[in-house]
Amino acid sequence: MFPKGTKRKFSDSGEEPVSSSDQGQAASSAAAARTLSSSYSLQRQSLLDMSLIKLQLCHMLVEPNLCRSVLIANTVRQIQEEMTQDGTWQIMTQALAAAQCPADRLVATEVLCRQTDAAAQAGQSPKPFSGDVETEVTMSTLSPVSPQLSSASYLAGPFGEQVFGTFEIKHPAPPPDPALEELFSDVDPSYYDLDTVLTGMQSAPKMGPYDLLESLSSHGPTALSSSSSCRSDLNELDHIMEIIVGS
Amino acid sequence: MGEDAESPKINHTFLRDYVTEADVISTVEFNQTGDLLRETESKGESEEVGDTGDSGEYNVYSTFQSHEPDFDYLKSLEIEEKINKIRWLPQQNAAHFLLSTNDKTIKLWKVSERDKRPEGYNLKDEEGRLKDISTITSLQVPVLKPTDLMVEVRPRRVFANGHTYHVNSISVNSDGETYLSADDLRINMWHLGITDRSFNIVDIKPANMEDLTEVITAAEFHPHHCHLFVYSSSKGTLRLCDMRASALCDKHTKLFEEPEDPGSRSFFSEIISSVSDVKFSHSGRYLLTRDYLTAKVWDLNMDKGPVETYQVHEYLRSKLCSLYENDCIFDKFECVWNSSDSVIMTGAYNSFFRMFDRETGRGVTLEAWRESSKPRAVLRTRRVYTGGKRRRGDVGVDSLDFTKKILHMAWHPSENIIAIAATNNLYIFQDRVNPETQTQ
Repeated sequence: MFPKGTKRKFSDSGEEPVSSSDQGQAASSAAAARTLSSSYSLQRQSLLDMSLIKLQLCHMLVEPNLCRSVLIANTVRQIQEEMTQDGTWQIMTQALAAAQCPADRLVATEVLCRQTDAAAQAGQSPKPFSGDVETEVTMSTLSPVSPQLSSASYLAGPFGEQVFGTFEIKHPAPPPDPALEELFSDVDPSYYDLDTVLTGMQSAPKMGPYDLLESLSSHGPTALSSSSSCRSDLNELDHIMEIIVGS
Repeated sequence: MGEDAESPKINHTFLRDYVTEADVISTVEFNQTGDLLRETESKGESEEVGDTGDSGEYNVYSTFQSHEPDFDYLKSLEIEEKINKIRWLPQQNAAHFLLSTNDKTIKLWKVSERDKRPEGYNLKDEEGRLKDISTITSLQVPVLKPTDLMVEVRPRRVFANGHTYHVNSISVNSDGETYLSADDLRINMWHLGITDRSFNIVDIKPANMEDLTEVITAAEFHPHHCHLFVYSSSKGTLRLCDMRASALCDKHTKLFEEPEDPGSRSFFSEIISSVSDVKFSHSGRYLLTRDYLTAKVWDLNMDKGPVETYQVHEYLRSKLCSLYENDCIFDKFECVWNSSDSVIMTGAYNSFFRMFDRETGRGVTLEAWRESSKPRAVLRTRRVYTGGKRRRGDVGVDSLDFTKKILHMAWHPSENIIAIAATNNLYIFQDRVNPETQTQ
C-alpha cells in the first residue's frame, strides 16, 4: 500500500499514497523527488487533464454544482502553480505554441502566458499522452482525445467567469411578449442553451467530440432525468469517446 | 482514536425497517420532541413518519409534495424539486411547522391533525351543499364527532427569490422567529412571517468571479444564542459570526481552522478538507464537522484546531485519485450528535455508517441493508479489512459499493433512536439496551 522510499509521489497505480511514513520529510526534498520522477509528472499531467475535462463537463451535469467546480478549479490552479515552479509549465506552453498551426491559437497562447492574471496563466492543451499513462488513468479512453480537446483554451480568458458564471439561478423575467414568442416559436430553445454552455469555448476547434457533446446536450438538460448522476453522464461520454477514437 | 470495536453503550439493537419505495431520499430530520420524522425525496415529495407511541414503531403519517420542478427560462435550466434540507420549528401549539428548501425556494409548512369533524350544520347538508332554507324547521347545535385521523399539510409561506445560488442549508434560530438560509456564496436571514424581504448577513462573492476559490458549504445557528451562527467553507474553515457585531457578518468573530500537515499534502488535500456538514452540539459548547475522511469535534473556545478527530474511512486515503475520477470525493456526508452529546454518527459507503463514542474514542461500523435486516433484529458490527488478521465478514476496500452511500441521517433529540437514509430506503434503529437517554 505504501511504496517504499517514495516521497509525495503518486504510487504506480496512479493513486495518491498515504505519506504516513514520510511526514517528517521536508517539502523541498519532496520537490526534488518530484522533478526527478517522470511518472509523477505524467500522473500530474493526467490529473490536470481529468480536471479540465471535469470542468468542461460541469455544464452537462444535471445538477450544476458550484462547490465541485471551485474545488476542481483550485486543483487545476494548484497543479499549474507546481508546474510553473518546476519549470515544466513553460516547456509545455512553448511546445504547444510550436505545435499549434492556426494563428489565432498562437495568439491565444500568448494571451494565456500573461503573468498579470493568475487565471489567464492557465495553459494550453496538454501534451499528448504516452501509452503508460493511459493504463494508469481510469478515464483512459478520453486521453488520446483530450490533447485535442481545447479544454485549456477553455481556460483562456476569464476562466472563473466561464466556469462559475453559469451557476447563478436567474429569476424568471416578466411574461414575454406573445408576438415575440411567436416570432421565435420555431427556434429550438435547446440550441441557445448549448450556446450558453459553450460560451467559453468560442475558440474551440470543431472537433468530433464536441459535435458529440453538442448532440448529447441538444436534448437539453430538461430531458435528463433528475435522478441521473454526473457519473452516468461521464460513463456515457466515455463509451461514446471509445467509439469515436476507435480504441 | 481507537479502531473499530464493540462498545456496549452503542451496540445496537432493534431494527425497524421502513421502506419508502420511492425515489432517492435527500434529507431526514426529527422534530424537537422526536414524535415525527420527516424524510424527503428527490422528487420533492416529503413523507412524514410518526411515532405511534407504545411500540416505538414509526408508521407513515403523511405525505405531501413540497416542491414542484421548476424551469428557469432565462438560463434554460431545470430547477430540481429535490429537497435539500428540512428543519422543524419548535412546537408552539398543536400544529407542527417545518421548513423545507430546494435549490432556490424555501417553504414553510403547517402540519396539523384532524381527528374530529363537526356534524349537524344547519345551513349545509352532509355533502356540504347549501340547504334550501325553506326546509329548515329547527336549529341544531353542530357536534364534533371523532373521525379517522387526517393529517393536513398546508403551505403557509413561500420564501422565494432570496438566492441566486443553490441553497445548501437552513437553520431555525433559537428565538423561534427567524431562520437563516445559506447558498454557495451568501447567507440570508429571514423572519418566518415575512416572505418578501430577507437580510443578507454573509456575502463571500468576490467582485470578480475569477477570484472565487471558496464557497459556503453549511451553516447553522447556535442552539441557545440567537446572535451566533457558524458557517463552513470548502477550504475546511469554520467561521463563527456574531450578528451583534455588524449587519453584514463578512468578518468572522472566530475562525476555526486546523493547520495543514505539510507532510500529508497532496493535490486532493483541499478537496478532502472541504466541510460537508456542521452541527452544534446540544449543549452549544462544541461543533461537529464532517469532511471527506474524518469527523471532527471542535470546542467553541478553541479555534486552533479540533479537540477530537475521528477517522471515518481512512482506508480511502490511498484511493483518492480514483474517487476524484468517479466524483465520489465530492460526496457530502452529514453528521449528527446524540441527545447527550456523548456519541457522534456519520455515514460512509457500502451502506455503512459509523458511530463514535466520545468518551472512549472508539468507533463502530454498522450497516443499513435491507437484505440482512428483519424487524427487531440485532445489528451486528462490520469491519473493513485494512490489514492484519482477516476476520470472517470483513469487507475488502475494493469490494466496497460506492453507489451505496449513507449521506443523510438524524438522531432523535432525546432518545436513542436514529434514522438512516440509504438511497431510497429509510431505516430506523432503536437502542434496546438503553431506550431512554442516559443522563450524563
